[in-house]
Amino acid sequence: MKLREIAHSRTGDKGNTSNISVIAYDPKHFSLLQEQVTADRVKAHFAGVVEGSVVRYELPNIAALNFVMDQTLGGGVTRSLALDAHGKSLSSALLDLEIVPPSDK
Amino acid sequence: MRTIRIGSGAGYSGDRIEPAVELAEKGDIDYLVFECLGERTVALAQQARMKNPEGGYDPLLEERMRAVLPLCAAKGTKKGIKIVTNMGAANPEAAARRTAEIARSLGLSKLKIAAIVGDDVLDACKANDLPIMEFEGTIKQLGNKLLSANAYLGAEPMAEALSAGADVVITGRASDPALFLAPMIHAFGWAMDDWNLLGQGTVAGHLLECAGQITGGYFADPGYKDIPDLARLGFPIGEVGEDGSLVITKVPGSGGAVTAQTCKEQLLYEVHDPRKYFQPDVVADFSQVSVEEIAPDRVRVSGGRGTKRTDTLKVSVGYVDSFIGEGQISYAGPGALARGRLALDIVRERLKLTGVSTSELRFDLIGMDALHGPQVSAHGNEPYEVRVRVAGRTENLREAVRIGNEVETLYTNGPAGGGGAWKSSRDVVAVASVLLPRELAKPHVRFVEV
Repeated sequence: MKLREIAHSRTGDKGNTSNISVIAYDPKHFSLLQEQVTADRVKAHFAGVVEGSVVRYELPNIAALNFVMDQTLGGGVTRSLALDAHGKSLSSALLDLEIVPPSDK
Repeated sequence: MRTIRIGSGAGYSGDRIEPAVELAEKGDIDYLVFECLGERTVALAQQARMKNPEGGYDPLLEERMRAVLPLCAAKGTKKGIKIVTNMGAANPEAAARRTAEIARSLGLSKLKIAAIVGDDVLDACKANDLPIMEFEGTIKQLGNKLLSANAYLGAEPMAEALSAGADVVITGRASDPALFLAPMIHAFGWAMDDWNLLGQGTVAGHLLECAGQITGGYFADPGYKDIPDLARLGFPIGEVGEDGSLVITKVPGSGGAVTAQTCKEQLLYEVHDPRKYFQPDVVADFSQVSVEEIAPDRVRVSGGRGTKRTDTLKVSVGYVDSFIGEGQISYAGPGALARGRLALDIVRERLKLTGVSTSELRFDLIGMDALHGPQVSAHGNEPYEVRVRVAGRTENLREAVRIGNEVETLYTNGPAGGGGAWKSSRDVVAVASVLLPRELAKPHVRFVEV
């Protein structure tokens, strides 16, 4: 299944860094997110977009992960050549990530 | 326990105005905050002020003030609503004078308007030749490309203005959450070293500062996250108690929704390490925050904490970075994608043949790969129509113009059926950051009375 089935997401921007939250609709899926939505997978998913590192932070109280992606916004929101200079649409791309449901494993 | 209600009347400079009017009319609020100053806006405003010494404040100041001042002013026994805003941009004092004129023209009297000055730290930054955080270089190395340097001020001068009786507080560059923290510090007398209270107050300010982004804006996704009545989206209200307790809500009957989900998304918006959200007044810790829906459109948010503020203030430095030239043209129907790709190849070769000097170039097919690049978008099906987009960075305007021209000439020289060509060229004012020793910024308050 797609990540979109169990989580929602929002992108924020600061300079050349984008952050994407991934929040479980149901807290019971938080461990699934922790297990499968790793920083390495997010970095690979955004091949050609993220030029720098991806760091993951965990917020168990709200069943959320926060990914901070360095060197991602075309040199910075205020100077980027990109159509979506803020990277607002990146969260939708991340929700396309494939997740293996627990029963299928 | 004492409680205040703070409404958020704008999430950016161009935001809708009626939701703020709705807050003032029906929100039962004590404070109305307008966050209108984007990252680079203050640099652009500084350029405007250089042309006109009475200019350099937010272009929508007049429209917003005319809409809400009559509703916010105290009448008879009715207590007024205090306004706090960063619409001062590069010239808070001129904005305060203009606001006073507007108030007089509306027949209002006994208004005290405060301007917070001192965020302009260009001289201090130059004198100390501070290093740029985003790239190798220093303030001095920006030379005559340097336009402005404005420190993100904290809540203290705004709280001081409110305590001195200001009805309207107009600041320039200040941290966005601080616009909301100031009323809390003023109303409750919070100590400026009570880090946990300041941290929880920062959570409130952070949640409210983007207005509609916590009431269902930047959120709806049909079938997954449905939000009612987005065309009448209501703006948020924060109910804050003197112990820092917080409920996010909105005007009953307005469009949108306040849910645990909208609050969680906004909590992490533009946040990096949730344990270290650097603010001028505190290093806020969002990592232990909990949210709880306590009634429809009422969400309790608790657990914000904080640690001691740092010895430096972040300064936003505006500079002339480069020029950008851009052109677009569309293709549709069978073979649209192949013709779009051919068009990009032609422009790529033309820019080389004609010797257009660029430091960076980008070739997009809007509808295919413009947002996330060819690798992420690889699985997409062929669309009915595509829009070719070529953008490039140049050192001057003359070169930038040539990029759009090379797209436009595809009309008569390119693939079949190219339509709707469009081009633009512009200078780019970008922002970078430096850290300034805190004591070098000296904010103070000036009053204009009506």
